[in-house]
Amino acid sequence: MHNIGRVVVTALLLAGPQKLSAAAPAVEFWLENGMQVVVVEDHRSPAVTHMVLYRVGAADEPPGKSGIAHFVEHMMFRGTETYGPGEIDRIIESVGGVQNAFTTPDHTGYYQRVAAEHLETVMELESDRMDGLLVTAENVATERNVVLEERNERTDSNPDSQFAEQRRAALYLNHPYGIPTIGWRHEIEALGLDDILEFYRRYYAPNNAILVVAGDAEPEEVLRLAKKHYGTHEASAEEFSRTRRQEPPHRSARRMSMSDPRVAQPYFVRSYLAQERDPGDQETAAALTILAEVLGAGGINSIFSQELELQTEKAIYTSASYGGGSIDDGSFVLFALPKDGVSLEELETEMDRVIAEFLENGVDEEHLARIKAQLRAAWIYGLDDVQGLGFEYGKALANGLSIKDVEEWPEVLAAVTADDIIEAATAVFNLDHSVTGWMMPEESDS
Amino acid sequence: MNKLLTMIAALAFSAASANAAIDIQEVESPMGIKAWLVEDHTIPFIAIEILFRGGTSIEPADKQGGTYLMTGLLEEGAGDFDAAEFQRRLETLAASFGFDSSKEALSVSAKFLTENRDESVELLRIALQEPRFDDEPLERVRAQVLAIIADQSKDPDDIAGDQFSELFFGDHPYGKSREGTEESISAMTRDDLVRIHERALSAEHAVVGAAGDITPEELGALLDNLLGGLPASGAPLPDAPEITLDGGVTVVDFPTPQSVARFGHEGLLRDDPDFLAAYLLNETFGGSGMTSRIFTAVRKERGLTYGAYAYLAAFRDLGMVIGSVASANETMAEAIEVVREEWRKIATEGITQEELDAAKKYLTGAYPLRFDGNGSIARILAGMQFDYFPIDYVNNRNDMVMALTLEKVNQVARRMYLPDKLHFVIVGQPSGIEGAAE
Repeated sequence: MHNIGRVVVTALLLAGPQKLSAAAPAVEFWLENGMQVVVVEDHRSPAVTHMVLYRVGAADEPPGKSGIAHFVEHMMFRGTETYGPGEIDRIIESVGGVQNAFTTPDHTGYYQRVAAEHLETVMELESDRMDGLLVTAENVATERNVVLEERNERTDSNPDSQFAEQRRAALYLNHPYGIPTIGWRHEIEALGLDDILEFYRRYYAPNNAILVVAGDAEPEEVLRLAKKHYGTHEASAEEFSRTRRQEPPHRSARRMSMSDPRVAQPYFVRSYLAQERDPGDQETAAALTILAEVLGAGGINSIFSQELELQTEKAIYTSASYGGGSIDDGSFVLFALPKDGVSLEELETEMDRVIAEFLENGVDEEHLARIKAQLRAAWIYGLDDVQGLGFEYGKALANGLSIKDVEEWPEVLAAVTADDIIEAATAVFNLDHSVTGWMMPEESDS
Repeated sequence: MNKLLTMIAALAFSAASANAAIDIQEVESPMGIKAWLVEDHTIPFIAIEILFRGGTSIEPADKQGGTYLMTGLLEEGAGDFDAAEFQRRLETLAASFGFDSSKEALSVSAKFLTENRDESVELLRIALQEPRFDDEPLERVRAQVLAIIADQSKDPDDIAGDQFSELFFGDHPYGKSREGTEESISAMTRDDLVRIHERALSAEHAVVGAAGDITPEELGALLDNLLGGLPASGAPLPDAPEITLDGGVTVVDFPTPQSVARFGHEGLLRDDPDFLAAYLLNETFGGSGMTSRIFTAVRKERGLTYGAYAYLAAFRDLGMVIGSVASANETMAEAIEVVREEWRKIATEGITQEELDAAKKYLTGAYPLRFDGNGSIARILAGMQFDYFPIDYVNNRNDMVMALTLEKVNQVARRMYLPDKLHFVIVGQPSGIEGAAE
């Protein structure tokens, strides 16, 4: 009933891109209509996860139509011409399956987890709604309210989310990553039937989709079924470009502060624009991944914990994280909760000192070795979760990486040197590319 | 799109597979410590889940939050190692230890590599048996817990959960929030934590599930190393709570655009012969899928919410039917009216043959899929023992589901769903709701 909170610090639950290191052998096929098929085999359990990802996300939306990618995702659960309202849900549940979907700035995914013998059942359903969606003014109106309630729940009831949304909008001066995936409220309110249909018809096509099957499945059989169910869809003539408006040079550090009576704890948070993981060019992303570990993960031995929590006692919690799993520039984020009585200004000054000294002093080799041992172990632990592996392949491929990129990632991480980390850190910690945020409980004069 | 339903971790209702060829072995160590094991040598690591009965419910009444604070410190120095050294060793071994607590369990979830199993077990052993509770980590983690308490005091969902628990359980330990209060955490001393630790981790209250790259003999030796030194007995488990909460609405005023409601009343005990029928009913009524009655009525048909769910919370000595829904302040009144109407409907009319058949298909089909990976299997095995299930339950469970008749489940529906007892706690500023404001 409660979130675990921040207290119980586990050593290995590394969030973010480093989990991508868990790479089981994957097999790849292409259907004649351009649909990509990936199979990750694991026969330990009789379950299989079937997922289809479309190479379209919130960053591909037309201007003024924010939230349309996510809205379409919701509409995909409203039935098709073949399977009426609720029918898909009933069929999946009748075989003991579970299903869900997600929208990110870069892709939209749908998945079902069922017993292996029901793979074809869910494939038939997913194939059907690739082009058979039943959209009416009435069900759009009802679902719009659901989406607005989702926005209420995730963002508008939560000042931390509101602040994150504002900071993200400031971090990207031109790129659509600055627009929230769920959409701005006033734009969601204006989305209608035609917007849904236009987006759906344009982007939902086999040559813009990836099928991932992970679990108890044989690649040859998956290919046979995929040909039967997805192979019948005609390729779209649409040119699917992932080229978005890019960032101009950033010449000025941005600062934001927000206060809200619902905030109990002041905090400091700073995001820097950071290079993402690119096909065939993952070295910088790997160095930034390990940089985040060195600075702010792994408990009390991180640089931030040592300096800010233990030695100077300015903070009671610190973290660093890198989000590089995107098509265009991602971000590197620093976070700190001040100790009672320490101002955000004091904390920020101290944080900047720690970063400057870190760039000067470099990385402790023994610390680096421990982090690498953990990344290697994360690969082994990751093999235990074949659905998770399927997601990692699917998301990476949807972002333009290859199977080879995913499989090489553990080696790229292992090859990162202390010098690589400092080089990446020097490049990323450029205040002109940053947004610094101060969140405060109520109106403050600081 | 579908918010995952968070359940109290220790309350896994049932587990394992009828047709998934899962072989559960009962292991007894040389010293007599028992565990259930699923052996699988595919991936070179082991997952172990230990549940200690009691959890936050056995901490002294004036030391609320002590168990939570104590578990937060188990990785912050033990034996000869201070916090930094302990963490360095943990990182070098790349083992993963998780400690958590709920109203009736303290859980330990560990994963470690086969290649350094003995060293990892030794590190876990000292964390469980020789935690140091040094000043530095105590003050640091105390500050973190105080921050969490302050955060939760401003979070509508947390407020709703805590308020519902308080009203429902009254003075019983189950009614207290596990993180404690600003006062209780601020006053907690090292001696308090030492005493709480001594009472919380005992052999008599432990159940163990293990899965992965280990043989029964190796597991036996591991259990003796890991748990052999624990005190034989721990604090007595609390008496059953007496529930006096009646039907109604309690509104907690909170400035937010969307209200959050928690609702429910007393339900069936886990060892009630009709518990499985109740579980099936809840699947139809408020289950986690997208076809449940309240999800359909509140979200799909009316667009009043993003999520509406109900679940059975089964404590050792108390059952609950509990649910949750969030809706804009303007529409919350309508949302809870829809929930109330569904409650009345299932209580008087029960479910249909079609719904019964659908629920049976879902429950029996989903059952084998739970066994997916060492971590999940270890958790399920511990959960089954925690709930006093027999080891062969896995082989009979689907047959028991299939044997449920419409007459039986509808008899249980009349017994379990009590519209007059249904109490809502609403946090927000809902319009048009008459309720006893707090």
